[in-house]
Amino acid sequence: MILPRFSWRWGQHIEDRVPDNPRTWDNVSYGPQKRIGVPFCVPTIASIMRMSMKMLRGLLIPALALLLSGCDAVLISPAGDIARQQRDLIAISVVLMLIIIIPVIVMILLFAWKYRESNKAAHAEYDPEWSHSTVLELIVWSAPLMIIIALGAITWTSTHKLDPYRPLDRIAPSQPIAEGTKPLVVEVVALDWKWLFLYPEQGIATVNEMAAPVDRPIEFHITASTVMNAFFVPSLAGMIYAMPGMETKLHAVMNKTGDFEGISANYSGAGFSDMRFRFHSLSDGDFNAWVAKVRAGGGELGRDDYLKLEQPSEREPVHYYGSVSQGLYDRILNRCVESNRMCQNEMMALDKQGGQGIVGTYNVTSPDASTLSRLGLSEAEKRYVGALCVSRTTDGVAVSPAGRPL
Amino acid sequence: MNTPDLAKLIFGRLTLEAIPYHEPILLGTFAMVAIGGIALLGLITKAKLWGYLWKEWFTSIDHKKIGIMYMVLGIVMLLRGFADALMMRAQQALAFNGNPGFLPPHHYDQVFTAHGVIMIFFVAMPLVTGLMNYVVPLQIGARDVAFPFLNNFSFWMTVSGALLVMASLFVGEFARTGWLAYPPLSGLAQSPDVGVDYYIWSLQVAGVGTTLSGINLVATIVKMRAPGMSMMKMPVFTWTSLCTNVLIVAAFPVLTACLVLLSLDRYAGTNFFTNDFGGNAMMYVNLIWIWGHPEVYILVLPVFGVFSEIVSTFSRKRLFGYASMVYATVVITVLSYLVWLHHFFTMGSGASVNSFFGITTMIISIPTGAKIFNWLFTMYRGRIKFEVPMLWTIGFMVTFVIGGMTGVMLAVPPADFLLHNSLFLIAHFHNVIIGGVVFGIFAAINYWFPKAFGYKLDAFWGKCSFWFWLVGFYVAFMPLYVLGFMGVTRRMNHFEDPSLQIWFQIAAVGAGLIALGIGSFIIQLYVSWKRRDELRDVSGDPWHGRTLEWATSSPPPDYNFAFTPVVHDSDAWWQMKEHKAERRTEGYLPIHMPKNTGAGIIIAGFAFVFGFAMIWHMWILAGLSFVALLVTAIGHTFNYKRDYYIPAEEVARTETARTEELANHV
Repeated sequence: MILPRFSWRWGQHIEDRVPDNPRTWDNVSYGPQKRIGVPFCVPTIASIMRMSMKMLRGLLIPALALLLSGCDAVLISPAGDIARQQRDLIAISVVLMLIIIIPVIVMILLFAWKYRESNKAAHAEYDPEWSHSTVLELIVWSAPLMIIIALGAITWTSTHKLDPYRPLDRIAPSQPIAEGTKPLVVEVVALDWKWLFLYPEQGIATVNEMAAPVDRPIEFHITASTVMNAFFVPSLAGMIYAMPGMETKLHAVMNKTGDFEGISANYSGAGFSDMRFRFHSLSDGDFNAWVAKVRAGGGELGRDDYLKLEQPSEREPVHYYGSVSQGLYDRILNRCVESNRMCQNEMMALDKQGGQGIVGTYNVTSPDASTLSRLGLSEAEKRYVGALCVSRTTDGVAVSPAGRPL
Repeated sequence: MNTPDLAKLIFGRLTLEAIPYHEPILLGTFAMVAIGGIALLGLITKAKLWGYLWKEWFTSIDHKKIGIMYMVLGIVMLLRGFADALMMRAQQALAFNGNPGFLPPHHYDQVFTAHGVIMIFFVAMPLVTGLMNYVVPLQIGARDVAFPFLNNFSFWMTVSGALLVMASLFVGEFARTGWLAYPPLSGLAQSPDVGVDYYIWSLQVAGVGTTLSGINLVATIVKMRAPGMSMMKMPVFTWTSLCTNVLIVAAFPVLTACLVLLSLDRYAGTNFFTNDFGGNAMMYVNLIWIWGHPEVYILVLPVFGVFSEIVSTFSRKRLFGYASMVYATVVITVLSYLVWLHHFFTMGSGASVNSFFGITTMIISIPTGAKIFNWLFTMYRGRIKFEVPMLWTIGFMVTFVIGGMTGVMLAVPPADFLLHNSLFLIAHFHNVIIGGVVFGIFAAINYWFPKAFGYKLDAFWGKCSFWFWLVGFYVAFMPLYVLGFMGVTRRMNHFEDPSLQIWFQIAAVGAGLIALGIGSFIIQLYVSWKRRDELRDVSGDPWHGRTLEWATSSPPPDYNFAFTPVVHDSDAWWQMKEHKAERRTEGYLPIHMPKNTGAGIIIAGFAFVFGFAMIWHMWILAGLSFVALLVTAIGHTFNYKRDYYIPAEEVARTETARTEELANHV
């Protein structure tokens, strides 16, 4: 049994410690992802039973990987460093708990069998008043306590280390990030029921398809238009919610090229089941070619185009946009893509200064008639806080009409 | 005023369109329910049972009858909730390779929402409440609960809530939001129709019942224990019931408040949880889980008590570590309030917040682990009889530790980032709810049935039911664990990856086995009733029990105990038997008892009408029914004929008959 020797220091790599031989480790878990199909999986369920003793000796992950990789178990053999570390954590916690779970299950069955009424041999031991033993009670409280102390310590360190908001410090085990590498920023918007990806660095946008260069850290900024979704590329990293008016972040990196699946992992209404996208992990050259293809393949994603795109639709095909109107993501996040709508950050800044008082309650509006007809929408269902006149100083800082900074 | 306006004034948004006659599945269900219902009503009428049912059951304030009615409600609703489960399993097993399955999202999304709501609120809750209602007063040597009328009223409010959910099947539709109805999806902008309103009002009406029944049982346990029964001499089931009801009293008002805020958003144009005007949906998610996590322990704590009783009875041995069992229960009660955030690690909380809630969650596994060990050491050096309740208990212990393990896996935040909302999560919570709560309830039904009806349940069909459930559970949910690792998320209507299909097909077979388990249980009830003379138990103590409920006859007389027992030991009845305590046979006094009343069912009936009117925006009807509800409630306070005395002679007659019966049979 290999117990992790973790330290309290930040940045300790849990994965470094589990496999004794990283090479064989890699062979087992990241082997070719063939779709062997089910007939191979079913007999291997029995093999899990045979292997249970080996699992105890720390071979749980390879065993599970063998069992499940044939069945495309993406969480067992992911292609991204973060997902891999998260997977290892699952394995470590299982092994730690099996230390106590297996003896308990064995004892349940053993005691139930041994002390059955028909087993006359055990009758001599029968003691109807025996109900207390200080030693045993100390053990039954402290054994789980020990496990939980170990697991709690691992939880504390790993939760901080794998915090999705924390920038990466490595690309893969023993492969630190090169000096001066800037992460690829991707802004993700969950719409009803499709995914919009904005690439501020490249100035492009796509719907239901994204790409990233392999081994380059990616920094996702995630929000949504109306309801909660969860952004999840299982092979890359754990999920994080996409919520309207809020931004979540995710740092991750893909270590293999290939075509991966992304989904929404939080039910969001009628079109939810088809809210999927492809994630292409590409070499640098291929990525540049992909960017060029997107640039060539589409026009601009302007604010009007976004408002049209935002309308609910299902099974949306892939779209490319060669350019994106200035500051669109910030407007989506602050819920003010409509031109007559107050941005949330401005609203909060106003409120911080005392708000508009009673007058503010009248400042409610809807998309104006010309916008509606331009977008081809019939009637105004939305109501929101109207934009106020905002001036900007020469260096672009927004100020209130009275000249105070917002 | 022209006619359409008048119709709108009376019927709100209810039109003929709301009746789903264009949906064949619903129409079929409706036809079946209608035919079955009419047949049942016809039979009752033919047998002239209405008067009997009204006088002896519907208006009864006897905790035993109310307990049984709760159990009946729970089992009936189990059939509905399980029908939903079968439809979901079938849909997911079929909907591959472009096959849309037989349930379009519009219908499927209602099915999984209804399944969750019904199973938690209208199956697990009534069954657990029914058990506590029946057993707790008997275990503490009381004649009834503290507030008998409130008990009847609570039950009928729960029924009204259940009826509202059932009504949504045939008039309008149910929510399509998932069982916790997170906004913004459940807000007016995204769900303008009546589904979420059905959700809100059914939970609010039933919630009144649950909260009041919680208050009632806390008062009963605190104030009405037999002389000598100090807190540390209470049976463990009573202890877990006390903790459960404390949790109910503390948690359900949060749910009520949370749903009130959501209703204000939907009815009054406020913006607590909307996207705009300063609303924040995260507030709802926090509030609902501050109720939702204690709710899990509200369900599971009572069955921990059930297993404690059963293990020690059938091992014929005192429960190992009584004090540590009690402390474990109390620790779980307190900790259950400190873990709610683990339901949304993935919503962007900071690492320290996530680790805090992850670690508190893991800490709960320590007292739970101690409980498992205590049951284990109760069996150690025992003499175990494998009657049906004990089989369920062994099945529970093995299944529950597996569920506990997967639960702790989910409590590690980085692991949860991969597994949150996946079918792994679904497998986990069914593992603890079926393996814990459902197994516990079946164990309890088999254990206490002879107390309630005077004859044992048939063991053969009981064993069939157990094995079908046990095997069915593993076949249905182990594939979901695997699918979770394959990155499959919950609430999907159809799939693209064909390699997933076999696992869904296996799971569907498992659901079929569970259906056989439920079928066997119903057959068990019928066969036992047919064979009731063979299975009759006159001793009142068929299992050689340890606690006071076994001291009285089966079924117990209205007054439970002719003389209030005096308690010297946590296993009071066992100790009485050990000391060959004599049954007192003279000196009977008249017994003061509460009187039946129809007020509970009438008020709850008005609550149903009020809820229905609010859902459909029938403002006039809503106002009238609310006034009627208030008037009836106030009117009932002027009813001074609330009690009566059972004359000493009648008590003497009943008790002498029992003395003779005991003498003839023992």
